[in-house]
Amino acid sequence: MSHDHDHDHSELSDIELRVRALETLLTDKGYIDPPALDELIETYETKVGPKNGAKVVARAWSDPDYHARLMEDATSAIAELGFTGRQGEHMVAVENSAAVHNMVVCTLCSCYPWTVLGLPPVWYKSAPYRSRAVRDPRGVLAEFGVTLPDETEVKVWDSTAEVRYLVLPLRPAGTERWSEEKLAELVTRDSMIGTGLANSPFHQGSTA
Amino acid sequence: MNGAQDLGGQMGFGPIELEENEPNFHAGWEERAFAVTLAMGATGSWTIDASRFARESLPPAIYLSSSYYEIWARGLEKLVVENGLITSEELAAGTKLSDPKPVNRVLKAEDVASTLAKGGPADRDVKQPARFKVGDRVRTRRMNPEHHTRLPRYARDTVGTIETVHGVHVFPDANAHGKGEQPTWLYGVAFKGTDIWGPDSDPKLSLRIDLWEPYLDLA
Repeated sequence: MSHDHDHDHSELSDIELRVRALETLLTDKGYIDPPALDELIETYETKVGPKNGAKVVARAWSDPDYHARLMEDATSAIAELGFTGRQGEHMVAVENSAAVHNMVVCTLCSCYPWTVLGLPPVWYKSAPYRSRAVRDPRGVLAEFGVTLPDETEVKVWDSTAEVRYLVLPLRPAGTERWSEEKLAELVTRDSMIGTGLANSPFHQGSTA
Repeated sequence: MNGAQDLGGQMGFGPIELEENEPNFHAGWEERAFAVTLAMGATGSWTIDASRFARESLPPAIYLSSSYYEIWARGLEKLVVENGLITSEELAAGTKLSDPKPVNRVLKAEDVASTLAKGGPADRDVKQPARFKVGDRVRTRRMNPEHHTRLPRYARDTVGTIETVHGVHVFPDANAHGKGEQPTWLYGVAFKGTDIWGPDSDPKLSLRIDLWEPYLDLA
């Protein structure tokens, strides 16, 4: 990044100047309170992220009753773990199996289950992903290094309403006696979007 | 509207750019654009649907060449001017030139956690019976409205099956334009990939799209 340090205004990009001006104006007019902005940023930098979703998945893998509640009413099952609110008001969990692989996209904007996954990565909001996920999900998956058997059905969920989808990935083999805490470490962000699989305990997988 | 945002099925955008250990924000201004957008949303001056319309009605060349937080910032500039919170002269000058317009609330730091935890549920009381039930075959309308809509172009005039009845939700097509929430039934509709993309497409692909009742008719 070339603009990490303090520079003259002349070296700031157009968008940096515009955002700065907008924030200043809105603050001067009393519509926003700068400490609240810092708190918003801090919340999504430190408190809300894919670790939340990983806890949900690990619990569902470990506890059949919780799994049943999650599939029946994901919003309340996720709330049991303390994750509620903005961009997670209406949650649905969709479960992968040997026969079906689920993948989530928002072709119209950037709808994403913030309460369990945090803020979406740039690629999720980008034209290449949004355009292709609904038409060629296997091609998309290949770019993520995931190849599914030809006979596997791919279900793509286009998040057009306020319903938000969490993919429940397949539990990796060889984890039968694992604790929830240890299982959660295998659950990647992408595995909960459906562009990845949960990491295998036998080799290093993706960190995303 | 058939804007640049309606990307499903478009071609030629190239490979997906992946970044290992991607940060939430790639520059300081992105953090501010994000937080200012959320804080202004909390003033209650417009709906989430109106904010989506503000972004999707950016000129296509700008929408497609802007990063996502730039789209948010440009959308917010439109919203604050359209809603009379700041004037275009103030925006151009970068200086306050007039008194503020009253807003419903100003988000304070101590209220951030509770505000986020509460969110903004979109479901509403049921006041009319649902027109469709699970298993019904429905056809999406052929329509090309200039207003906000959440029926993507790629799924118009296509037959699918009602798979889920979500309940009654705020109708974005109305709510984006100051016409009230007009809550209506929302359905999860299943489509075969081949019904959308044609007989040469992946026979093992299916899609699920959440669609409001006014988008649908019995097939």
